[in-house]
Amino acid sequence: MTMNLKKYPHKLLVKLYFDMLRINKVQLHIESLYHLDEMKTPIHLSIGQEAIAVGVCANLRQNDYISSSHRGHGHYLAKGGDLKRLIAELYCRETGCSKGRGGSMHLVDTSVGHMGSSSIVGGGIPIGTGLGLATQMKAEDRVSVIFFSDGAADEGALYESINFAILKKLPVIFVYENNQFAVCSHVSARQAGEIIFHKTPHDAMPSQAVNGNSVMDVYEATKQAVMRARQKSGPSFIECKTYRVRGHAGAGSDEKLGYRTAEEIREWEAKCPVRAFSEILLRDGVLNETEIQIMEETIDCEIDEAFRFAQRSPLPKPEDVTKYLFCD
Amino acid sequence: MPWTKIKSDVNEPNYYLESDENIRRLSYSEAIREAMDQALELDQRVFIMGQGVDDPGAMFGTTLNLHKKYGSQRVFDTPLAENALTGIATGAAIGGMRPVYFHNRPDFLFLAMDQLVNHASKWYYMFGGAVNVPIVLWACIGRGWGSAAQHSQALQGLFMHIPGLKLIMPSTCYDAKGLMLSAIADNNPVLIIEHRLNFRHKGFVPETPYRVPIGKGIIRKQGKDITFVAISHMVTEAYKAAEELSKEGIEAEVIDLRTLRPLDEEIILRSVSKTGRLLIADCGWKTGGITAEISALVAEKGFEFLKAPIRRVACQDVPTPSGYTLEEAFYVGSNDILNAAREILQIR
Ligand SMILES: Cc1ncc(C[n+]2csc(CCOP(=O)(O)OP(=O)(O)O)c2C)c(N)n1
Repeated sequence: MTMNLKKYPHKLLVKLYFDMLRINKVQLHIESLYHLDEMKTPIHLSIGQEAIAVGVCANLRQNDYISSSHRGHGHYLAKGGDLKRLIAELYCRETGCSKGRGGSMHLVDTSVGHMGSSSIVGGGIPIGTGLGLATQMKAEDRVSVIFFSDGAADEGALYESINFAILKKLPVIFVYENNQFAVCSHVSARQAGEIIFHKTPHDAMPSQAVNGNSVMDVYEATKQAVMRARQKSGPSFIECKTYRVRGHAGAGSDEKLGYRTAEEIREWEAKCPVRAFSEILLRDGVLNETEIQIMEETIDCEIDEAFRFAQRSPLPKPEDVTKYLFCD
Repeated sequence: MPWTKIKSDVNEPNYYLESDENIRRLSYSEAIREAMDQALELDQRVFIMGQGVDDPGAMFGTTLNLHKKYGSQRVFDTPLAENALTGIATGAAIGGMRPVYFHNRPDFLFLAMDQLVNHASKWYYMFGGAVNVPIVLWACIGRGWGSAAQHSQALQGLFMHIPGLKLIMPSTCYDAKGLMLSAIADNNPVLIIEHRLNFRHKGFVPETPYRVPIGKGIIRKQGKDITFVAISHMVTEAYKAAEELSKEGIEAEVIDLRTLRPLDEEIILRSVSKTGRLLIADCGWKTGGITAEISALVAEKGFEFLKAPIRRVACQDVPTPSGYTLEEAFYVGSNDILNAAREILQIR
């Protein structure tokens, strides 16, 4: 990567790195404890995809909306979702972000515009579009970002939503996180070539494909899309090309399944967006080794604290099983 | 909250006010239109969407010219994309709006099942009460005139199965307005299933906005000998049958459930405890439907009241045929209710 970082504020670069590192470390920690079976919820790790969540969310304000999916830990944290409440949710606790009713796939933190993630593939796309509609109808200054992956891109809900977003010029950004796989199925087995939305007329919905493992590329692409949305000019589409290095669900690699080669996985692991960015930052003197070391320690402390909080939190009471059926 | 100003929990004073010349009468569609008009007027968050809501047909007249009064931002036609548009309505509701999404037919809701069932109905519970979804979906059963298998389905049994979704089926002009206003004021997803034959009614509708309680049935006719539990268009049929029996000195109690979820269990059980006999009439299918659910309820909680087996009057378990001779055989009405009631009462 030859990239001129000089034009960016130091603070921004540090934040981008810190947020990626934090998401990476949180997930590694979850992964390392998952075999204990205390987090009784299906996890979908986004290790290797940190640059997308962070590069996008760094352009957003607290009141902007995001819509996310089953693979949503990174989106939640990048948008500013509370870490303790995330971990408590994985531990099925009453103190979890969804009070132990949602689990890993159903995260929420309305205080930062995260209005709930869906585990129905593609399900969050219309909802994020609707958040854009509400924003427009209420004449609010917000944008709505929708994260979805290649499996979701197979769904008709994407076409229906994009059509509507263009029709109404909604302040919506479609972030296509193409990690190439839906479970074991490669995108080439499901889609006939490049996604069709790259062919959308530019003035209706600009679209671009970027290296999803480069946080600065994602950041730049999103910046333009956010500007367009804030100017009320309509939606944008960003494809972030990346790779799911872990297995579809649970902890660890799934290379023994044989639907992809170990070499391919190694190749993409070598493109780890967090490490790649740290190399650039070190090279350009934005950060030094000591500063990175301090960041690591800060994050480790925070993670320990979050896990302790979760493990010590109360479980939901059985007699509350019917609570939250209807809102008064 | 603009809705607190509206009188809530108001019940229709009298079912058949036919004789009273001085009351204000509206057609069924005018009653719904008046609810929509008043909701749009009252609350900036309310908007109407649906295929053709701004066309001359205006969803059976229920949204007629409202786009002219409130603008096409608040009353708008939609693409034929039922699933995403349901999700978009859900998202808009999460974002602080109060959408009302109209469909010509419940059949089309099948295309929206993912967003309605997997999303809107789950959001409040799944996130531990963090986010609620105040949307209203409306769809009208298209019985008759050769509508056939894909334009006439009465899907209340299916939707009653879904926790987190309120389900309303009005039968009178008064309730069509009052329940619509309650549905819009409600903080949860509400599905209103209408019936085409209800649109023949003209009835008492006060002009000032009012709300009919969700989750409460009403007794349309008092009786001591047998209980008829009915919904929507079948209330009219059950009432007719009850009047017929009256002539023979048998008094049937007619309950209009109005809401299927939450279900007013108490009104059913109280009536059965008095009459000891139960007939349930539905305009949908029998198997796994609402008549099955209500039978099970009474078997579980009111078995000791029963003097005779429960009878169910519902459509046959086949897709709706188109031809009118077959339609005739498929649908049920007051005669079927009458016959079943006579069997329960062991009279002929
Ligand atoms: C509508 C639907 N179909 C199937 C599934 C089962 N499923 C869960 S995740 C997944 C793969 C999704 O792939 P993608 O959208 O690319 O997301 P990724 O897991 O790669 O992040 C599938 C098929 C589902 N949850 N929802």
